[in-house]
Amino acid sequence: MIEEAARELAARGESARRVARDPVNLPMIRNWTEAIGDDNPTYEHYAPPAMAQVWTMPGLAGQRPADDPLGAMVAVLDEAGYTSVVATDSEQTYHRYLSPGETVEVSSRLDGVTGPKRTALGEGWFVTTRSTWYVGDEPVAEMMFRVLKFRPSGVAGTAIRPAVSSDTEFFWAGTALGELRIQRCGGCGRLRHPPGPMCPSCRQTRPGYVVAAGEGTVYSYVVHHHPPVPGRAAPFVVALVELTEGVRMLAELVGVPPSEVHIGLEVRVGFSRVDGELTLPVWRRR
Amino acid sequence: MTAAIAGIGATEFSKDSGRSELALAAHAGLAAITDAGLRPSDVDGMVTFTMDANAETALARELGVPELTFFGRVPYGGGAACAVVAHAAMAVATGAASTVLCYRAFNERSGRRFGQVHTPDGVDNGWHYPMGLVTPAASVAMFARRYQHEYDVTSEDFGRVAVLDRRAAATNPNAWFHGRPITLADHQASRWIVEPLRLLDCCQETDGAVALVVTTVDRARDLPRHPVVIAAAAQGSAADQFTMHSYYRDDLTGLPELGLVGRALWAGSGIGPEDLSALVLYDHFTPFVLVQLEELGFCARGEARHLLADGTLELDGRLPLNPHGGQLGEAYVHGMNGITEAVRQLRGTAANQIRDAEHVLVTAGTGVPTSGLVLSR
Repeated sequence: MIEEAARELAARGESARRVARDPVNLPMIRNWTEAIGDDNPTYEHYAPPAMAQVWTMPGLAGQRPADDPLGAMVAVLDEAGYTSVVATDSEQTYHRYLSPGETVEVSSRLDGVTGPKRTALGEGWFVTTRSTWYVGDEPVAEMMFRVLKFRPSGVAGTAIRPAVSSDTEFFWAGTALGELRIQRCGGCGRLRHPPGPMCPSCRQTRPGYVVAAGEGTVYSYVVHHHPPVPGRAAPFVVALVELTEGVRMLAELVGVPPSEVHIGLEVRVGFSRVDGELTLPVWRRR
Repeated sequence: MTAAIAGIGATEFSKDSGRSELALAAHAGLAAITDAGLRPSDVDGMVTFTMDANAETALARELGVPELTFFGRVPYGGGAACAVVAHAAMAVATGAASTVLCYRAFNERSGRRFGQVHTPDGVDNGWHYPMGLVTPAASVAMFARRYQHEYDVTSEDFGRVAVLDRRAAATNPNAWFHGRPITLADHQASRWIVEPLRLLDCCQETDGAVALVVTTVDRARDLPRHPVVIAAAAQGSAADQFTMHSYYRDDLTGLPELGLVGRALWAGSGIGPEDLSALVLYDHFTPFVLVQLEELGFCARGEARHLLADGTLELDGRLPLNPHGGQLGEAYVHGMNGITEAVRQLRGTAANQIRDAEHVLVTAGTGVPTSGLVLSR
């Protein structure tokens, strides 16, 4: 539903142009530069380029036009339960200075919607729009604007983190690089998961690792409904997978409706970056 | 064995005790000491769970126990239940102490709820909790799914454990679910918690405390209560053991650590499965009750569902199971209330008394390193 709505909104292209309430004017430039603390004398004659968006702000009681693509996409995501929003990044491009007296118009289009992504805030979708400011038919400035619309996870930023020791850090270093690593004894070659410092077969303490092919089958699984879990939207599936290398490993199974999961389902590993410090393996249908 | 349980005590079982965990421990401890016909100054040893928040020293201060010559703790959650008695029995057998108070006290419903999401420490947990397997129900559900798959076991088969427990609790005035039996249809209509477990497959959360007094058989014979002899006590941890997540063994449908305990109990007591009057099996989640019946040799692998369906384990059956209502029906005090039920059955003072009870088996937490007792009249 979300992806369909996104495709439809993107296909509409640019919204109708919305005209600024007032022409570019010196009083507003002064207020802005004073608030920012910018005393560049150029701005006695030209508007600071970063004010592009200021000219078309709708005002305190203003409303988004019905064809505004960000407003429409936000409504779709609100409906789907992704009710919280945080702006993530913005890039502006300026083609020329604006002078007092010029009247600008703005038009926006939906560039793309990606997700669902697991973030420290909760599961969410990144919504990217592009706006262009015009004077007449001349584009004078552009902006890429991205927000994360997310399902609040109860307590933001509380992803459950593994305790990592010197025996296990190779595994987590691997997931960060997109590698699923299985401990391999440097003595007898036995593969082992979860890993440990001493090989229970030959008692050597020279563990290395191999990078798994990342394929396996579901050996058992559960569908979590209750209680709520920070960073996850129930119901979700956690699966114990028998890897082709012969060891079992546990991870969330994503992208498959719970009703379609079964023992024996063939899966492949993927990687879900929680943040700069933690990347979790996940299973996807093969 | 040369040790006996001479006294038992408990608080009321509630969802909000309204007092501190130490107050609960003191209440239950004093009740157990009084029940044994002893005074706090007779106690010289204490054993509890590693998870218990009440220091032995704190409880000793409250009770006025002046000196302790033995104190110890047993790890692995509910797996400690019968083990605290085992440790106490060893202490009195060796002379490390003469009278040991075993206790477990918590506000497990109004305080830290086991059923909610926690982030436990320990490298082992890092392979499970961050991946979304975050509650005890989820941990057990993973075993339950595989068990269902291998033996064609259904949700209704699990449900029969809950129905049985609640039927017994209905006529036990101390049970939280006193007067509230359920049907299999109620079980089937209860919501999913973690598939394949429904709400009624999961035991309740309880505020409360249970305590009991262990001493030598000789000493117990001089006390007012009829002593309940610890015929055998055992602990068990099996190959490739994890706490709640022993997912890396070849077979996921057994509880080898409990099988180990069972063998030790039969060997230590000279009592076998056929000699028992009743079973008190740890029932935090229904599926492991079936697996315990199989692991302890009451039936073959995958066959426990038939035992549950054919009436064998009912109050009026050949081998009554959880006559107090279990933890699903009476209270969840980490298995300790199952031990006191066995004592009542052997004293002849239980709410749902089984005629001529002679030997009762009690087990502790499953899915973890565990323990068990055979208690005799």
